[in-house]
Amino acid sequence: MKPFVLVFLFASFWPECLILAATETGTIQTQQSITDRSIAIPEWNDWKRVFLLKDYNTRIVVFGTTLLGMAAGMIGSFALLRKRALMGDALSHATLPGIAIAFIIATGLGLDGKTLPVLLAGAAVSGLLGVATILLIRNMTRLKEDAALGIVLSVFFGAGIALLGIVQQMKTGHAAGLESFIYGKTASMVASDAWLIGCAGLSCMLISLLLYKELTLLCFDEGFAVSRGFPVILLDMTLMGLVVVVTIIGLQAVGLILMISLLVIPPAAARFWTEKIVNMTVVAIILGALSGMIGSAMSAIFPNLPSGAMIVLVATAMFLFSMVFGIPRGILIRKLRRHELNRKVNRQHLLRGLYEFLEARGRLKEKQSSESTFVPLSKLLQMRSWSLAKLKKIVKRAQQEQLVVALQEDQLRLTKAGLLEATRIVHEHRLWELYLITYADVAPSKVDQDADAIEHVLEPEVIAELESLLVQQSTEGILQSPHTIEIHQEETKARHSSRRRST
Amino acid sequence: MNNKQNPAHTPQVELPPEETPVSVYDLTVAYHRKPVIWDVSFEIPPGKLVGIVGPNGAGKSTLIKAIMGLIPKASGRVQIFGKPYQKNRHRVGYVPQRESVDWDFPVDALDVVTMGLYKEIGWCLPVRKKHRARAMEALERVGIADYAHRQISQLSGGQQQRTFLARALVQNADLYLMDEPFAAVDAATEKAIVQILQEMKQAGKTALVIHHDLQTVPEYFDYVILLNMRVIDHGLTAEVFTPENLQKTYGGRLTLLEEATETMRRREQSL
Repeated sequence: MKPFVLVFLFASFWPECLILAATETGTIQTQQSITDRSIAIPEWNDWKRVFLLKDYNTRIVVFGTTLLGMAAGMIGSFALLRKRALMGDALSHATLPGIAIAFIIATGLGLDGKTLPVLLAGAAVSGLLGVATILLIRNMTRLKEDAALGIVLSVFFGAGIALLGIVQQMKTGHAAGLESFIYGKTASMVASDAWLIGCAGLSCMLISLLLYKELTLLCFDEGFAVSRGFPVILLDMTLMGLVVVVTIIGLQAVGLILMISLLVIPPAAARFWTEKIVNMTVVAIILGALSGMIGSAMSAIFPNLPSGAMIVLVATAMFLFSMVFGIPRGILIRKLRRHELNRKVNRQHLLRGLYEFLEARGRLKEKQSSESTFVPLSKLLQMRSWSLAKLKKIVKRAQQEQLVVALQEDQLRLTKAGLLEATRIVHEHRLWELYLITYADVAPSKVDQDADAIEHVLEPEVIAELESLLVQQSTEGILQSPHTIEIHQEETKARHSSRRRST
Repeated sequence: MNNKQNPAHTPQVELPPEETPVSVYDLTVAYHRKPVIWDVSFEIPPGKLVGIVGPNGAGKSTLIKAIMGLIPKASGRVQIFGKPYQKNRHRVGYVPQRESVDWDFPVDALDVVTMGLYKEIGWCLPVRKKHRARAMEALERVGIADYAHRQISQLSGGQQQRTFLARALVQNADLYLMDEPFAAVDAATEKAIVQILQEMKQAGKTALVIHHDLQTVPEYFDYVILLNMRVIDHGLTAEVFTPENLQKTYGGRLTLLEEATETMRRREQSL
């Protein structure tokens, strides 16, 4: 994974890195009010300028947010697996008073209150204070963690808003632009900011890469980690520290309300694509990078829209796509598998019906071409609670798979392959029935439907085990049915169909 | 079971402490100030399969966790091969309860088993081929090598339990602590675990196993600890696993003790 990260990084930013290094100066653009949301439709030239990274400023911003997205994706994966995602949200909200206080203090000391490192230092302090308060509330009182999170999140955020109000009325220094930390505003990002974000993000990724197995173990099985002598508390604090750093460096671009999204959405989306933690992290890094990159580019095109919102929208689009189309865990593939299983079940029912019909009449051994092996559809209908339309559909599919042949006057006949498959299915069905009767104490009259519910999902190794357990009880290759198969008596039809219906 | 000639309860031969796998003296553990186990003392002779038996809430898991320092002791002392657990943890393999983790975690069975080697691999270093090969061996020993690359939620309960067992086996420890390995597993898994336990015993290793099924105790274990907040009795199964002792362990003899602790807890909370 390490080479992947580096290659990705350099492929994306090699030219920018040089340019950034060469000209490390920049100016803060004139700020527009955060409430100004008028949207001008950008011209074609604007789109081209932004996406070809023609502007120096756009390059800086895209560079910073992409690295931020990568770091957030990686650290977020662990936070998500450790089930600490909401902690990140409380943390980011708790940073607001720190930002305001840092500005007040710095201005009071006669410094430029709006330099990023100063503001972020304040944010970090109050964010950590917020987390400490959560832990304190949780441990000292009988309140649960969700209550503690809610309290700290809202109280700190409220205090921050109030402090911002005070800052606005201060005579020294113009505080305009501080609010952009709430929604995120990339326009104010200068080269040194981008470098700060990039270096901090990279360090976070490096640390979590070095601690990869330890953090994995921590997230999976804390108790085992303690028993093996890993300093779990220290690891936990390291992970929390990484979350803090990523959150803090994301405040400027994404904003404190939405920062959680960059930590949670890419890993959550990545989870739909893989069952391996390494792959999940890599996909989360890629999705995070794309969110940051595209989102900040979009906000360069629509300068009046908060960049945080743009980044979140891009991330959300990718999340929705992953949720629906992800393999192996997306919705669509799971629906498809369910559908496939239903088809398999229907096919097996059809074949078993045909087999049992012939068996009951002693016609199994007859040549497949002889007319006595024909089965009328109407007889099959009695065996299952199928509608005629559904049965015809099932038959048609079985025909395509060359398991049955449909003849005139709604007659069916098993092909050679069909008979073979039917024999196997009936064998497995009866094995399972016998098992239920012998070992699970299920009454023979009920066993048919119980077996029905589960036999279609039996794995080969279970079948083998059943066979070794039960096959000595069978006289021939195929087991006898442990219950009577009622298909030839018309008078049992009503009772019969009511029994079958539940399957 | 196999050396009945030993007289009951009298210390057999004085063993040097470094050969005693587990010795527990006056151990008391409390959750939120409510004592869970009181004044527990016992020693386990080496090379034995030891069953810990007792009703729900008797503190069986607590005992095992306290031995490993997973939960703080209120008082008492625990020694593993004559030293504190921290000094000898490399000689101890732990099989936690299956319910203790989220099985939807994105790792496969082989990954879980390699976790048993993380300490040995060392900080910051990656898992290598030889480590995976050893993990694979352990999976083969418990009979689920075919499932090595299945995501762990797609394993059956018994296979999950065997994965945990393999993770402890791969450490090649001298003492194994197992928290209900037989709980809700299939017959094949039960057989596999019993087989592994027998192999351990033959290799001179010791296993301390929390067990629920009283019927199989004499069959599986040659040494028993009967626990219900306190140690009711401990010793060779043939001598200790008696109807009277079981009555003491599972019967209502301790209601007064429970009531007292419950009162204490309530008073603590109202303060």
